[in-house]
Amino acid sequence: MKLGFNFKKSWTIASKDYRTYFTSPIAYIVIAGFLILMGWMFFFNLSHFNLQSLQYKQFGMGKGMSLTDGLIRPLYGNMNVILLFLVPFVTMRLFAEEKKMQTLQLLLTAPLTLGEIIVGKFLSAFLLVATMVLLTLVYPIVLIVFGNPDPGVIFTSYLGTLMLTGCYVSMGVLFSSMTENQIVAGALTFAAGLFFWLVNWASQSAGPVFSDFLDYLSLIQHYNNFSQGIIDTTDVVFYLSFTGLGLFITHRVLDSYRWR
Amino acid sequence: MIEVSGLSKLYGPRAAISNLEFKIEAGEIVGFLGPNGAGKSTTMKILTGFMPASAGIARVAGFDVFDEPVAVKRNVGYLPEIPPVYPEMVVEDYLSYAARLHEVPKNKLKNAVDRAIERTGLTQVRKRIIGNLSKGFQQRVGLAQALVHEPKVLILDEPTVGLDPVQIIEIRELIKGLAGQHTVILSSHILPEVTATCQRIIVINKGQIVAQDSIERLTTRMRQGLLFHLDVKDPNPAGVDSIRNVPGVKQVDIEGNRLLVELLPDGAGQRDRIVEAAVLSKMGVLEFAAEKLSLEEVFLQLTTQEGNT
Repeated sequence: MKLGFNFKKSWTIASKDYRTYFTSPIAYIVIAGFLILMGWMFFFNLSHFNLQSLQYKQFGMGKGMSLTDGLIRPLYGNMNVILLFLVPFVTMRLFAEEKKMQTLQLLLTAPLTLGEIIVGKFLSAFLLVATMVLLTLVYPIVLIVFGNPDPGVIFTSYLGTLMLTGCYVSMGVLFSSMTENQIVAGALTFAAGLFFWLVNWASQSAGPVFSDFLDYLSLIQHYNNFSQGIIDTTDVVFYLSFTGLGLFITHRVLDSYRWR
Repeated sequence: MIEVSGLSKLYGPRAAISNLEFKIEAGEIVGFLGPNGAGKSTTMKILTGFMPASAGIARVAGFDVFDEPVAVKRNVGYLPEIPPVYPEMVVEDYLSYAARLHEVPKNKLKNAVDRAIERTGLTQVRKRIIGNLSKGFQQRVGLAQALVHEPKVLILDEPTVGLDPVQIIEIRELIKGLAGQHTVILSSHILPEVTATCQRIIVINKGQIVAQDSIERLTTRMRQGLLFHLDVKDPNPAGVDSIRNVPGVKQVDIEGNRLLVELLPDGAGQRDRIVEAAVLSKMGVLEFAAEKLSLEEVFLQLTTQEGNT
């Protein structure tokens, strides 16, 4: 059996599903909710930062806080938490809805490999989330116009956020492939995302080797370097392999349905 | 075009189909007939390359469904029991999506979609949202989806289920029109459906083929002995006895004013003696005619025989 992979076919699925998000209320609600929350975060963080750096100056503590530590890092940290909540709403329909509506048969009886289908589905959700993440570029633009932020940190923050988002979406694809109930898919995605976010909380009480392992598993631990402007291959490899593993398991799950 | 041998599929310990054996030539329209749960859909899913069989070989358009599922899928158009349509999409966008998934090249895309729309009579609804269409139109969109890439083989699972009588006739005409250009397999548990559209039928019951032949041959084959009916005004017992005594008569059943007379295979020449006996016993003959076994009865006979053995 040839295992050819034709990206064009994945793209056909991805672009159709991406457009589907905009024919239903999902995209508008999720994007609007996200932007409102982010706008409020930005405003809150900025005014807090202004107040603090003013106080720093009054008490003569040097030049004041840096934009990176006082504003950019908390802002994108918050964004990652909001995404943890919102991504399940985007990914839950991917396979679950197609199963429920019996439309998955169209894909499974078309000359496509499972890999092409899964990559297409992943891309459609990832591109939607990337769209809303990139809409927040307006905030750093404001900062660049009125202030003097470190563009490197902004770049790595976006890079890290997008890679972290890939992990969320990959988990969403997986859980959506396991059920025909969208709520179940969404809830599992959120629970799993939160678990891999908090998994290193246990590391303080774990033994030395195991605690390193738990730290390594934590999704947020790998974001720390990105938020400081560092691109470490360990983190990149972790995020990419996490995403790849999720998609691989999805492949096994969908393949198993054929044999039942 | 389609060759199946020794095909079996097990769901756990239960066999959905066992040891199927048949061949379908290019351009034929073949009906799969059987009661619900007979294994029709399972067989079709295997032929589309969607589901692997537990044992046996199936080749579609020259490709093995297990070894080269993608090549098989390229040559097959499949309409599942529930049409796989996206309710939020516009008809022509959906068909263009289905065509792209089936590797219709970009420069032929518009033609392919237009042709499928025209053949399935969707012109008036081509710009409408599928979810707002009636069940009949949705079924036609499903059919158009199966046709859009001009596959060699069309596999249609209960294509007229849930449609109103007018729509059923339209879909049947449409399917009949596909003969010659496409090899068509359709499944049904409704007999008139198969008689109306197919040239040949394969009767499946409990996962096994109980008969496969052309419709005429199947009907005649099943007419074991010869059956006639005799309508009379007064079926008096003496008269019935005298008919029973005519040589060549196997048995006579009385159903109100109708006598069902079954002849032995060589008793066809005794028909005038039967009428003579009826007239002599003053039964008042109204009608004497050959009883035709409809396909429905053939079907029942086949499937219940299977149940008895």
